[in-house]
Amino acid sequence: MDSTATAEENMDYGEESEEKTFKKKKDKGKKAAKVKKSQEQTMKKEETEPSSVDAAPSTAFPPTFSVSEIKNKQRRHLMFMKLKQEKRKLRLEIRKKRKKEREALGDKAPPKEVPKTIENQRIYDETTVIPEDEEVAFDEGTDEFSAYFNRLTNPKVLITTSDRPKTRTIQFCDQLATVIPDAHVYYRRGLALKRIVPQCVSRGFTYLMVINEDRKVPNGMVLCHLPDGPTAHFKISNVRLRKEMKRRGKEPTEHSPEVILNNFTTRLGHSIGRLFAALFPHDPQFVGRQVATFHNQRDFIFFRFHRYIFKNEKKVGIQELGPRFTLKLRSLQKGTFDSKFGEYEWVHKRHEMDTSRRKFHL
Amino acid sequence: MVSKSQDCSIWLGSETGILKGVSLTKKQAFNFCEMSSLSRDQEVCVLTWGDPQESEVLVGCANGTVKTFSTEKGIFTESRECADHLQGKFTGLAVTDSALITCVESGLLKVWKEGSTDTVEINAGSGVCRMRQNKSQRSRVATGGKENPLKVWDLDRPDKPIFTAKNVKNDWLDLRVPIWVKDMAFIPDSDKIVTCTGHHQVRLYDPCTPQRRPVLEVEFGEYPLTALALAASQDSVVVGNTQGQLAVLDLRKGLVRGCLKGLAGGVRGLECHPTLPLVASCGLDRFLRVHSLDDRKLQHKVYLKSRLNCVLLSSSSLEYGGEDLSGDVEEVKQERDSEEDEVWDAMETVTEKTKRHANEEPEVGNTEAEAKKKRKVAKK
Repeated sequence: MDSTATAEENMDYGEESEEKTFKKKKDKGKKAAKVKKSQEQTMKKEETEPSSVDAAPSTAFPPTFSVSEIKNKQRRHLMFMKLKQEKRKLRLEIRKKRKKEREALGDKAPPKEVPKTIENQRIYDETTVIPEDEEVAFDEGTDEFSAYFNRLTNPKVLITTSDRPKTRTIQFCDQLATVIPDAHVYYRRGLALKRIVPQCVSRGFTYLMVINEDRKVPNGMVLCHLPDGPTAHFKISNVRLRKEMKRRGKEPTEHSPEVILNNFTTRLGHSIGRLFAALFPHDPQFVGRQVATFHNQRDFIFFRFHRYIFKNEKKVGIQELGPRFTLKLRSLQKGTFDSKFGEYEWVHKRHEMDTSRRKFHL
Repeated sequence: MVSKSQDCSIWLGSETGILKGVSLTKKQAFNFCEMSSLSRDQEVCVLTWGDPQESEVLVGCANGTVKTFSTEKGIFTESRECADHLQGKFTGLAVTDSALITCVESGLLKVWKEGSTDTVEINAGSGVCRMRQNKSQRSRVATGGKENPLKVWDLDRPDKPIFTAKNVKNDWLDLRVPIWVKDMAFIPDSDKIVTCTGHHQVRLYDPCTPQRRPVLEVEFGEYPLTALALAASQDSVVVGNTQGQLAVLDLRKGLVRGCLKGLAGGVRGLECHPTLPLVASCGLDRFLRVHSLDDRKLQHKVYLKSRLNCVLLSSSSLEYGGEDLSGDVEEVKQERDSEEDEVWDAMETVTEKTKRHANEEPEVGNTEAEAKKKRKVAKK
């Protein structure tokens, strides 16, 4: 269907060009001879065009010819459309042929080729964590989160914002506090983060989460693990609050949710994954049937919050509870928040690092 | 284990307490420790060569022990307690002909003479960030740290520093400029000392002149500089900061010559090769990177799995080196290298000639009889 439609378009276009040429002739008036000549030329063109359309599938262009060499814009356009059409036809033909072959072969048909995506063409990252690696295991076993993973501490999170937050950010913080158990939202009151950190430590908080806003929209998040780091800085985008979501479930319950961390494969990714994991209590309460998901895809971390239900032995239903947002890591700093004198473990440097679309860091 | 350690030309100390050796020829990295007995308090803080032949590496751990690693045998041969871990981590380690010099964060600088139990103690003031030795006059060391200005000590006269830097003048608001010396280096064949600070300044001091303030001050970036290394060509210095920005600075006019790219995290250790234009950097991003100072391109990049604290380069050429362990062998090695170079040069000229022949001969053939040409073509 598509191919025929384009053909029609082409025809229309041809007619238009003819009209234009006629108009020109009218302007020129009585110079009949010239008009005749031009008419002849146009006629010739008209003759050549359909013929080329007919001939196109067999012999379109000489091999070194490119459409961009045509100097007439209209003609170039026409030829380009033709070229495109041809290619599409060819592709369809091949597809049909392949389908027939597959049908003919039946069960013996070779397995379908996996389409190339940016993810599966990813440039190999040498920091990808191999689970058997003793050294990495030791490094992770003794890092700042080891107290949580050894079940020595329970998470307690303080959520605050940049100074003078607007409605949307306040709502966002409130909703985050319903997702994360034992989270406390505090008004910032113009306090410096470096002075908040020791107070949080003395009151037994394990996380300080600061939502930054710009033009009434939350756009950044600082997630600082206490008492001794690390601190991650994220960009937040696409925040959707609960009331903006379609088909959302009822308000979440106070049960501690299950946590799903997807695709955190590299060493840096592991650190970030552990950072998120340590936000939630150790043992999820399965009665609540709530799941918080951090899904990493192409270095963007998508957060979703769902409630699930087993409808029968095979079917599962899920219902999104919200909020949803996307995070992108800007930097990971060793130690608690100190943007001036802190040592950075990883900083995203756009022009140095983003040289390939297939290179990912998490 | 033996052959492994002999191949290595770069040594690194990690935060997990592992001594790592990297062989760039074989593109391999080795861990020299037992994986079962790892612990964080063995964190390697400083590394230095134990002898001029580079057959021993001294490893200063965070728990106050100095271990001796033999590159010939590939094992730790000796271990001794040199500091109390309450006084902080090691900030510097050096050897003279008969003594070992250690310095810890609290500012206690100790000289451990061989064969005798008594030590010379110097109090360099609190908050020492780094202690470095003058490579040409090995009894001289420099210290400096947070609110602790640069001091140069002569270990033969340990009572008083022979040079104490004076803080720079107050700024334009007439406020005192804070002191935070992070790293320093002696410029060979002169008394000059270059330091880098936590307030992103690089300063050049000249103890020969009566002026105790820096003779040159350069600012680089806006993050604390953490490491510094003098390039083989003496008029430039390489500095690195906490965000992983590396720059080559010119010490004559104080200009940035260029930046070395590719780092992702803060720099902890930086060292230049004594003769070749190469600089090795390591840090929190767990990579060892070797840059060329000529074109500032990244030459090698090795992932070493732990955060790295310090790096040590052997003085042999990194690509071929490692096998040479004593001075004699090294010389021989160098000769061989030059011979190889000659061989390569000769080969290149030969290939050029043949190429030229290949191009020219047919042209010659055109002018002459065609039969000849055919013959030649057939020959080919």
